[in-house]
Amino acid sequence: MLAYLVKRVFQAIAVMFVISLVGFAIQDNLGDPLRELVGQSVSDEVRQQLRDELGLNDSFVKQYLRFLGNALQGDLGTSYFFKEPALDVILKKLPATLELVAGATLIIIGLSVPLGVYTATRPNTIFSKIVMGVSIVGISIPVFLTAILMIFVFSVGYGWFPSYGRGEVVHVFGYWDTNFATADGWMHIILPSIALASIMLPLFVRLIRAEMMEVLQSEYVKYAKAKGIRPRRIYFVHALKNTLLPVITVGGVQIGTMVAYTILTETVFQWPGMGFMFLEAVNRVDTPLIVAYLIVVGFIFVVTNTIVDLIYGLVNPTVNLARMGA
Amino acid sequence: MNKPLRMAAAVALVGAFAGVANAETTVKVAYDADPVSLDPHEQLSGGTLQLSHMVFDPLVRWTQDLQFEPRLAESWEQIDSTTTRFHLRDGVKFHSGNELTAADVEWTFDRLKESPDFKGIFSPFSDLKVIDEDTFDLITSEPYPLVLHTATYIFPMDSAFYTGTTEDGKDKSELVKHGDSFASRNVSGTGPFVVSEREQGVKMVFDRFDGYWDKASKGNVDKIVLTPIKEDPTRVAALLSGDVDFIAPVPPTDLKRIEDAEGVNLITMPGTRIITFQMNQERVEAFKDKRVRQAIDYAVNNAGIVDRIMRGFGTVAAQASPAGYLGHDPALTPRYDLEKAKALMAEAGYADGFSITMMAPNNRYVNDDKIAQAVASMLSKINIKVDLQAMPKAQYWPKFDERAADMMMIGWHSDTEDSANFHQFLSACPSKETGNGQYNSGNYCSTEADALMAASNSETDPAKRAEMLKQLEGILYNEAAFIPLHWQNLAWGAREGVHADAIVNALNFPYFGDLVVD
Repeated sequence: MLAYLVKRVFQAIAVMFVISLVGFAIQDNLGDPLRELVGQSVSDEVRQQLRDELGLNDSFVKQYLRFLGNALQGDLGTSYFFKEPALDVILKKLPATLELVAGATLIIIGLSVPLGVYTATRPNTIFSKIVMGVSIVGISIPVFLTAILMIFVFSVGYGWFPSYGRGEVVHVFGYWDTNFATADGWMHIILPSIALASIMLPLFVRLIRAEMMEVLQSEYVKYAKAKGIRPRRIYFVHALKNTLLPVITVGGVQIGTMVAYTILTETVFQWPGMGFMFLEAVNRVDTPLIVAYLIVVGFIFVVTNTIVDLIYGLVNPTVNLARMGA
Repeated sequence: MNKPLRMAAAVALVGAFAGVANAETTVKVAYDADPVSLDPHEQLSGGTLQLSHMVFDPLVRWTQDLQFEPRLAESWEQIDSTTTRFHLRDGVKFHSGNELTAADVEWTFDRLKESPDFKGIFSPFSDLKVIDEDTFDLITSEPYPLVLHTATYIFPMDSAFYTGTTEDGKDKSELVKHGDSFASRNVSGTGPFVVSEREQGVKMVFDRFDGYWDKASKGNVDKIVLTPIKEDPTRVAALLSGDVDFIAPVPPTDLKRIEDAEGVNLITMPGTRIITFQMNQERVEAFKDKRVRQAIDYAVNNAGIVDRIMRGFGTVAAQASPAGYLGHDPALTPRYDLEKAKALMAEAGYADGFSITMMAPNNRYVNDDKIAQAVASMLSKINIKVDLQAMPKAQYWPKFDERAADMMMIGWHSDTEDSANFHQFLSACPSKETGNGQYNSGNYCSTEADALMAASNSETDPAKRAEMLKQLEGILYNEAAFIPLHWQNLAWGAREGVHADAIVNALNFPYFGDLVVD
C-alpha cells in the first residue's frame, strides 16, 4: 500500500513536469500577452521594452529554467490579469468549481442508479422508453446549448431560477465560500449543476442499465430468485454491487470530461470558478495562469485516479493494490 | 426531498432582500468585461475609461453630440498659441477628504507622461504649469488643435493619497503594467462613486460618494453593482429575467428580442469605430495599382454587409471619419458596382484575377469572421480567389504585426475623437521613427496625405482644419487606400425606469453619476 502511494506521488510529479513543459512550449502560440496588457495605440518600442521587463524575450530554455526554479519553491508565476500568484488565484476559484462538480455528482449518483436499475428491470414500460429516449437527446446536445436553453426557459421564461453567478455565499474557512448554506445559494447552483450533469447522467444511466441487464442473466440472480428473495433486495444489493466496477472505472475516466465541461458550464452561467477563469485566461493570453491551471488539473487527475483505484479495492477485494504498485 | 419547501423558502428570502434594497436605489450593471485595474493610467482601454468616469472626473468631458462640457475645469481660455489656461472648480473633494488643487492636476499630468499607454496622447504637451491653487496652464510645444480633446483624458488623482510608501516599502505612486501596485488596488478620485468592494472578474460594488461636488446632477443612484458577464446570451438573459438592470453591449442577434421584450428598453447609437480591410502592396504587386484597389472597393457590397450580417446594426462607411468628426465629408458615398469593378480589373490587366490570402479575427469586432467570409465571396465575383483564415484576437495581433496576409481586417476608434488619428495609425506612410502607420498593414503611402495630416495637427482654426482633413479623406477615397466597411453601432439594454438613454454616448462611457432611476 505504502509502496503504491509513493509510486503515485512520483507519477504525479512526472505528470506535472511534463504538463509544465508542454504548457510552456505552446504558450508562444497562444498569442502575445503584451497585446492584452497595453492599449492598441501603444508603440512597438514601448511594447518591446515591456517584453524585456517581463523576460519574454529570453530564450525558451532560460525562461523554462527560471520557471522550474520558482516552481520548486511553490511559485508558479504571477497572473498578468489578477496580479497575484497564479496558484493563489486558482485556489481561490477552486471551491466554486468543486461545489459545482459536487452538485452535478449528487444529481448523477442520485438519478443514475434508480433510473439505470429501473430501465434494466422494466425495459418495456413507457417510462423506461422515455428515459432512454431523453438520454439519447441529452448525450447529443452540447452542454453549452443545454445551459443556454435552460437559462431561457427557467430564468427568462418562468423566472424560477437566477440566470447567472453564485448568489449569496457563506464563508466557511480559507478560500471556501459555500452555496449550500443559503436558499439563494441553492437556487443559483441548481441550473449549472443540471447543465453539468446533463452530459454525464445519460451515460451513467445507460451504463448501469447495460451492466445490470447482463448481471440479471447470471446464475446467481436466477438462484436468488428461485430462493424467493424479494426482487428489490436482489436488484439493489446483489446485482447492483456487481455492476459497479465498470461504472467506477468509467467514472474515474470521466472526471477528466467533467473538468472540461466545467469550463463551458461556468462560462455560460458566469460561475466564478476555475473553468471560467481558464477560458478567460486563454482569451487574455495570461500565460502564467494557463500553465498553472494545466499543472493543477494534472494534479487533480492523478489524485482522483488514485482515489478510484483505492475504491476499487473496497468494492472488489480481489483487486490487490500492493501488486499494482509493484 | 423537500424541494418545493426549499423553493418557497428561497422565494420568501429573495422577497425579503428586495424589501431591504428598496430603501436605497441600487442599479445592477453587466458589462462584457471588467476593468483590469483601479489605476486609471495602467491601460488605455474602454474598461479603464468607463471606470474613470465613475470614480474620477475629467477636466472636461464629451456630451452626447460630441461637444465639450466643463467638469473639474470650470472654464478655460487660450493665452497664446501654445498655452491654454484652465480654472478649477471650487470646493471639489477627493474620496479621501483631501481638497482638489492645481498641484493634483500637475501630479496627474506628470504621471500620464510616464504611462506607456497614455504618453503617446500627451506627447504634444510639454508642460503643465501651476499658476495658483485653482489655476494652471497646459503648454504644448507647437500650436495644437486638440487641447480640449486631450483634457478629457486628465482625471485628476489625489496626489496626497498616492504619495508615500506602503507597509511593504513600495512607492504608492508607482505605475506598474504587470504585477501588484498600490494604485492598482486602492483608489481616491473626485468621482460620483466610491469603490467599496472588488473581486476581480466577478463583481465590483460602488457606493455614491457623499461629498460629491456636483449637487446639480439629478443622478439618484446610491449603489452600483457591476458584474462582468462575458457570454452574450447569458448577459441578455440576465437583463430579461430582471437579474440586472443595465447591460452593454447588446449582441446584434438579440437586438430585436430586447426591443420587443416587455419591461426593458433598447438604446442604440451610431458608434465611431470604423471596420476596414487593408490591401498589402508589399505582398501583392497588383495592389500597387490604384485601379485594382478601386475594383475591390466597388466589388465589396458594404451596404449589404450592414443589412444582412450586421442586421442594420452599423452605419455604412466610405471613409474613416464618422459623422460629427471634423474630417467627415458627406460627399463621399459608398461604392458598389460589380460591372464597374470588373471593368477596372480588366483595365488594370487582371481580368482573370489572382489569388490572395486574407486574415481576420473572430472575437474582436462584431461578426468579424462572418464579415470576412462575405468579403471573400464578394471578391470571388471579380475573380480574386481568397484563402481566408480567421482566428482569435490573441493570435491575430501577432499575425497582424507580421503583416502575415495579403488582406487584413482592422477596426479603429480614434483615441482623440479626431479624424487625423485614423490616418496617423491606419494609412500614413509607415515609419519606425515617427511611429506613423503602426497599423498600416497595406503599406499604402501618400506624401500628399501625410503633409495634410501634419498641417492639420498644428492648425488651430477649426474651419481651416476641417478643410484639410476633408481633403485628406478625399485622397484616401479616390486612391482606395483601404476598404471602408462600416462604423459599428453601439447598443445598451436597460430595465424600464432606468433612464440610461440620457447618460450614454458614442464613446461608450456611460456617465452613471447622472443616472436617474424611477
